[in-house]
This record gives sequence, C-alpha cells and structure tokens, in this order.
Amino acid sequence: MSRAGKITRRGFMVAGLVVAGGVGFVAWKASETPDNPLTGIAGQATLNPWLMIGPDGPTIIVPRAEMGQGVQGTLAALVAEELDVDFASVRVIHGPPAKAYYLGGAAIGGSLSMRHYESAEKMAKYGAMLDWLPKILSLQFTGGSTSTVDAFHKMRLAGATAREALKEAAAKRYSVKASVLKTENGEVIIPDGTRIPYAELAEEAAALPTPKVELRAPDTWKILGTSQMRPDMPSKLDGSATFGVDVRLEGMKFASLRRNPHLGGEMISVDTAPAFEISGVDEVILLPDGVAVVARNSWAAMQGANALAPEWGASTIPATQDEIFGAIEAAFEGKVNSTLRDDGDLDVLAPEGAKVIEAEYRVPYLAHSTMEPMNATALVEGERLRIWGGFQGPLLAARNAAKAIGFEPENATAEVTFLGGGFGRRAESDFAEYAARVAAHMPGTPVQLLWSREEDMTHDAYRPGAIAKAWGWVKDGQAGAFDMKVAAQSVTGQAVKRLAGISMGGPDKSLSEGIWDQPYGIKNYRVEAYKAALDVPVGFWRSVGNSYGGFFHESFIDELAHGAGVDPMAFRLDLVRGEHAPSAAVLQAVAQMSDWDGARAANRALGVALTHSFGTAVAQVIEVEEVEGGAVRIVKAWIACDPGIALDPRNIEGQMISGLIYGLSAAVSGEITFADGAVDQQNFPDYDALRMHNAPAVEVRILQHGGEIGGIGEPGTPPAAPALANALFALSGKRVRELPLRKQFEFL
Amino acid sequence: MPITLKINGAARAFDAAPETPLLWALRDEAHLTGTKFGCGVGACGACTVKIDGEAVRSCQLAIEDVWGDVTTIEGASGTGKTAALQAAWIEHQVAQCGYCQSGQIMQAASLLASTPNPSDAEIDDAMQGNLCRCGTYPRIRAAIHAAAAAPSQD
Repeated sequence: MSRAGKITRRGFMVAGLVVAGGVGFVAWKASETPDNPLTGIAGQATLNPWLMIGPDGPTIIVPRAEMGQGVQGTLAALVAEELDVDFASVRVIHGPPAKAYYLGGAAIGGSLSMRHYESAEKMAKYGAMLDWLPKILSLQFTGGSTSTVDAFHKMRLAGATAREALKEAAAKRYSVKASVLKTENGEVIIPDGTRIPYAELAEEAAALPTPKVELRAPDTWKILGTSQMRPDMPSKLDGSATFGVDVRLEGMKFASLRRNPHLGGEMISVDTAPAFEISGVDEVILLPDGVAVVARNSWAAMQGANALAPEWGASTIPATQDEIFGAIEAAFEGKVNSTLRDDGDLDVLAPEGAKVIEAEYRVPYLAHSTMEPMNATALVEGERLRIWGGFQGPLLAARNAAKAIGFEPENATAEVTFLGGGFGRRAESDFAEYAARVAAHMPGTPVQLLWSREEDMTHDAYRPGAIAKAWGWVKDGQAGAFDMKVAAQSVTGQAVKRLAGISMGGPDKSLSEGIWDQPYGIKNYRVEAYKAALDVPVGFWRSVGNSYGGFFHESFIDELAHGAGVDPMAFRLDLVRGEHAPSAAVLQAVAQMSDWDGARAANRALGVALTHSFGTAVAQVIEVEEVEGGAVRIVKAWIACDPGIALDPRNIEGQMISGLIYGLSAAVSGEITFADGAVDQQNFPDYDALRMHNAPAVEVRILQHGGEIGGIGEPGTPPAAPALANALFALSGKRVRELPLRKQFEFL
Repeated sequence: MPITLKINGAARAFDAAPETPLLWALRDEAHLTGTKFGCGVGACGACTVKIDGEAVRSCQLAIEDVWGDVTTIEGASGTGKTAALQAAWIEHQVAQCGYCQSGQIMQAASLLASTPNPSDAEIDDAMQGNLCRCGTYPRIRAAIHAAAAAPSQD
C-alpha cells in the first residue's frame, strides 16, 4: 500500500472532509491558541484579537468581509454591547487576516447533514466540538451566512472580558474591589463617582489575565436588538470608501485580462504587436490561458487586451447548452449521491382515489455579476507577495496567489478592502492568483489587475444549472407523498478542491438543500440527489443549493396544493404547523400582511413560498398584476422571517429585501448559456437584473422565536423565485417549471 | 498637448490619450476613485458624474469631448441637494455594499435639480439606468422623497 494511502486511512472523516496527518498532529494543532495578530501596534493597548483601545477610543476588529450584509456593524455591536461604549464612538476595521479569526465550529455546525429547523441546538453543540477543524485549516472566511452565528458568543465574550479587565485595572489603581465598580459609556465608575476613561486603564488591563465572565442577558441589551447606524455608511456616500478597485499605491500600474473564453482552454499563440499601438500600453504578459496587458490606466489596458486576436485552444467543458444539460440529465441514471430525506414508503403505488402529480423543473447556470468587477492589486518584492482586494477568504486567497507564482504561502499577505458585492463570487481566489501572476512579471511595481465586465461575466464560478423530477399524490385535500430527485454539479466538491486542495467524499448535502431539509411533515417524503459529472466552473452563489432547491420544492408543493384543490397557504400551514412552529408563524405573518384571503382585483394575484435555510425561516408572498398589453408587473412583496434572535432589525430588513431582489432578478431574467464551451452573455445588456422601475415595494416583518441564532445574508433569496412563479400561476393558470420566467411571460 | 478639465472647481491637466473616457481619467490619472467602473458600456450608472449640473455616464465620454465643469461625488459631497441626499441616505441606511451609491446619489441630485419634488414614476424614469445588485431600490426611493422634502441648505 502506498504511503499516501496509509496517511489517508489514519485521517479523520468529518463533515465530508478528510483531514490527513494523524491523531497526534491534529490534537496538537487543535489545542493551540492562535497568536493575537494585533501585537506591537503603537499607541494601542490590545485586549484581545477583537479589541484595541488607544487615546482616541476603542477600535473593534471585525475580521469578516463587508460585502453589503452589514457585518461590520452587527459584529462590532456584539463587542460594544458588553464593553459598555457608545456605539457611535467606536472605530471598526477589518484588521489583518490571521489564524485567530478562523470561522469557528458554531458555524461549521451548519454544514452538518441535519435538518436545521429541528436540530439547531444539536448542530451548534456538534459544531462546537468541531471547532478545531476550521482552526487547523486556518479558515478565516466570510460566507454561508455564518458570521453572526460564529461571532455571537465569542465577540460578546471579547467585549465582556475586556470590560472586566478594565474594572480590575481600576480596582488595583484605586484599591477597591472590582465588584463595586460600574462601567458606562467607555468609563469605569468608582463608588465616589469618579469616572476613569477606558483609554487610561487599557495598558494595565491588557496585561492582566483574561477574567472569567458571564454574558449579559438579552433583556438587558442596550445596543443589540436595536437598529444601529452602519459604521461603513458615511464613507460609502461621499466616495471615500476603499473597495479593491480603489487601492492606489505609489508607482502603481494598471492591468487588464483577456482569457480564453472557451472555458478551460489554453492560449495557443498571440501576436502582441497590436496592443502596443494603443497609447499608454507598457507591457503584454503571456499567461497559459490568455494575456494581461499593463498600461498607465485601466482603459488603455482593456483597449490593449481587446486589440489582440489570440488563437484559442478548445474548451475542456462540453461545447453546447444541450450537451451540458444532457450530462445533468444523465446523472439520474447514475449512482444516487444522497437520500437525505426518506420518511415513510415511496416504493408503493398511490392509493385508490388519490391524484398523482408529476413535474419536471429546470434552472439555468447563473453569474454572480457583482457591481464591482473582479480585481486585485499585487506587489512582488523579492520573495514576498502582498495582495490587496475584496476577499471573502483572505488567507486562502494569499496562499493560492503565492502558489500560483511558486512562492511559499507564508511569504504572502493579504489586505481586505470593502467588497463591491460578494454573493459568493469573492470566495474564489482566481482574481488574486491572476494579479499575482502579473505582479511576478514586474517585481517592485504594484499592479492592479481589473477584469472588464465581459471577462468577469464569462469567467465566473457559476451557480450550477439543475434539474428536478418530482412525483407525488394528494388525496382528500392532503399531501400523501412528495418524492423528488435533483441533479446538478456539486458546488462544494468542486470549490473546496479548487480553493483548499481538499477532496470531498460522500454525500453533498448542498446538492439538494432547500428540499430535503424543509420544515414540512409529509407522511411519505423522499429527496434524492445525483451529482452531475461535469467540470463547468461552479461556485457558491447566494444561498447555494437553496437557490434552486427552494424553487423546486415550493413549486411542487404549490402544484400539490392546487391538485388537492386546497388554498396554497392553508395547504402549507397544514403541513408545517406540526413540524416547526416558527416556520408556521412566518407563513401566518405573510398571510396576514398580504391580506391573503382578502378580495383582489381580477388582474392581480398572489403567490407564496417558504424556505428554511441557514437557520432562518423565511416566507414570502408576491403580488403580480397583468397590465394593459399583457405584460406582468411585480407589484409588491411581503416577507416574514425568523432568525431566532434579531440583533439589528433594520439591517435584517435590508438583507431580506436584498435577498428577495437578488432572487427575483435571477428568476425573471438570469440565464448563462454556453456555445463552443464559452459563455454567451457578456455584460448587463444581456444579463440584467431588476431595477428601480420593476422592483416591487417590500414590507418585512421580523419574528424571534428565541432559539439558536440564524443567518440573514442568504435566506431571503430562495423563496423569491417560487413565490413569483406561484403568483404567475395564480394569475394566469400557466405553470412555469423552467427559469428564467421571461421566456414565458413579458415583464415590465 | 494635455487636455485641461475643470474638476470639482479646480483645473487639472491630463496627458492621457484624448479618447480616454472621463471615468478612467478621474479614477486612474487623478485618483478620484469615488466614481466607479461597473460595465464600461453605459448600462449600470456606477460611473455617473455631473457636467454643468447634468448627470452623465463618464465611461461613455472621452476627455476631449467634455463640454463643461465636471463634478464628482467627492466634489458634490456636502453641498446643495447632495448634502440633503446624503443625510437621507444615512437616515434610511440605504447603502449595502455601497459600490453603486456614488452613481445613485449623483443621478438623484440631477433629478432633484430638474424635478424638486419627484413622483414615484419620475423617480423610476430617472433612476432605472442605475443598477444596484444589493437591491437597495426601495430605500433609495424613500431617501429621494425624504431629501426632496428636506429644507434646502443653500
């Protein structure tokens, strides 16, 4: 047996990941406390990795990428709440990427194959036991709606331990017991009323051992639970916020990329001369799959890249749309990857008198199309690589960028800017790797590699296309069976291999998420997933598998309801009520908000959908209107959600609206298609999204059942497409089982 | 022969190619990075600036063709109706990723200059060229109405 085989056998199998290296190594790494990366910052006392206090007040480190979800506000508020400071007085920074900021096991618990709605506590507990896993993988990551789940305990603890240390420092100085001291508004108050600013005590407090503390009860919170002003807001309104594309360094050059549009193909040859005819072009750098053109500004670089006519090699993916969907279809004939729901018995025929319903659904590949196209800035000096950009996983980005140019990973550092949208796209490290390759050709010169919109759209890691086949029956107004098979490429399998070099084994729960893990009680209920053998580049797209799973599940539930002759809201409530009370409550809330049972004009109709994802139940009702000429207007949406505990209601409302509009944009018009193994769509004119005039008005209600805290960045997306498709059915009687909906309906 | 433009009240000479779009002269030559690149084809509005008070897509206008005084978000910030819009944007906590918001505010300022109290339909007309992938449209609409109603600071 090979050596590699032995190591693998000694490895751990956790959550589908194989961690090689043996028990002793893992135990040693797991017991390590990562170093505090904030040491030695002039004028700042470092109380822990999340908090520095200087003469100008506290600085809270929020080591998660701000891509619009409001993480810098909500996570900073966790520290500020326990620290007792005025939230408006704190400065918030991302800080240096470091092992100390690993995404902890509490969030990893969400990756376990358990139904989140009934196992939230168990998942949190097992997650805590798995805390060592992301720690040894140095997994500092923003994604999967995990940031608040992960930080909820540890960043409150960071604030509380600092507050108690500050009190102990004051107690020593004034020879009183710490227990008689109070804190308020950034000051320690001693019994005679003297107030000592934290800044005066911070150095002494930082030298004390970490005190044991108890976290405050939620009913005593002053900052958490109340809407706060986002700390990043002012700089995003006056042009001063720094996104990746705004990094400016002394002597910096600008570069643009032109890669083989035939995905996976190489560049065979190129005549570089035409690029140099563009004014301002300095250099053309040849890459295995294309060119980078370096110039005095990004426009000259893009013009230079467009002036070239490289000979491209063939794509390594199937050439046509039909072949790609044929391969997805073929997956149903292969081995089942998972059967994560298997209640009752689906191998028996429907009983006499039952109505059998069958349906097949299809969704296309999708691009992320963040507002800020992919870019990164890199500088090579000797054997060191520095890289700046909007990274959801900065340690991975730095490591992979270093590997791309043959540097040692520990010689690379990343600095994280604001992200002009992420949605999962900036979890990839390709934009860091290409920037490093360009910088490696020009040591000592910082270079910003900015992709054109066309490069961004044609070289994404796409939301995979997917097919579902459903069979079920209804009888006496009730659902008797729900049997759904889904086939798609595995995002997790491909992306984890690409980003971390780790091969995932076993079932991929995200292939059929949004289906198998839904809070419905159906006697005979089965969900099978099939992995399509394709290497179209696919990646994490806001809500991942839920983005299509929600559409498949909630469309078929709607078909069962109509088949049973029962109102779709009442039908859902019947199935959900006994299974998960908070999910039933969000359904009841949207029914009430939308006046579901009320009279409505003949040219208007409502549709409903419910998806429980990332620990949060979300129900949406969408109202559509047929206007003169037969076009459809999306009039209004009502959303009710329950993330367990609502830390910042206005931010949660914003995320729910954002998730809805992102989902509706894809449902109405989003489609990536392939020809010759290349993506057809190039820019917003052929890959558009909802805009001011066709986005609905939205009302949001937030419920709090008080259990484990759930995510908010993604759960608003999955119910949007089915709620709209179900509304269109109610309006027109036409059931559309394939997205985007613009193929069947004209939208305003 | 350098091209001299008046930007945010100050003259500035550019020696880049005359056909260089204003967007790139602002961002990469003058390092005024508040104006953003989104599509390069005038389809998203992230690059919106004002020329003599009128909203213009700076990615579609060569520096040799600039016909008047250029105002970017940096120059407009805190002045006139832009100040009221920024205050309303804060009040309504509009921005999420924030990348498109310079363009949204410049477009909205141009709208309010010509239509001080716009209806929803007028907001739709004026703002539909400005894409926001975070979907902040409902709050942008509310903030424009709020800014329109705010007393003028001029």
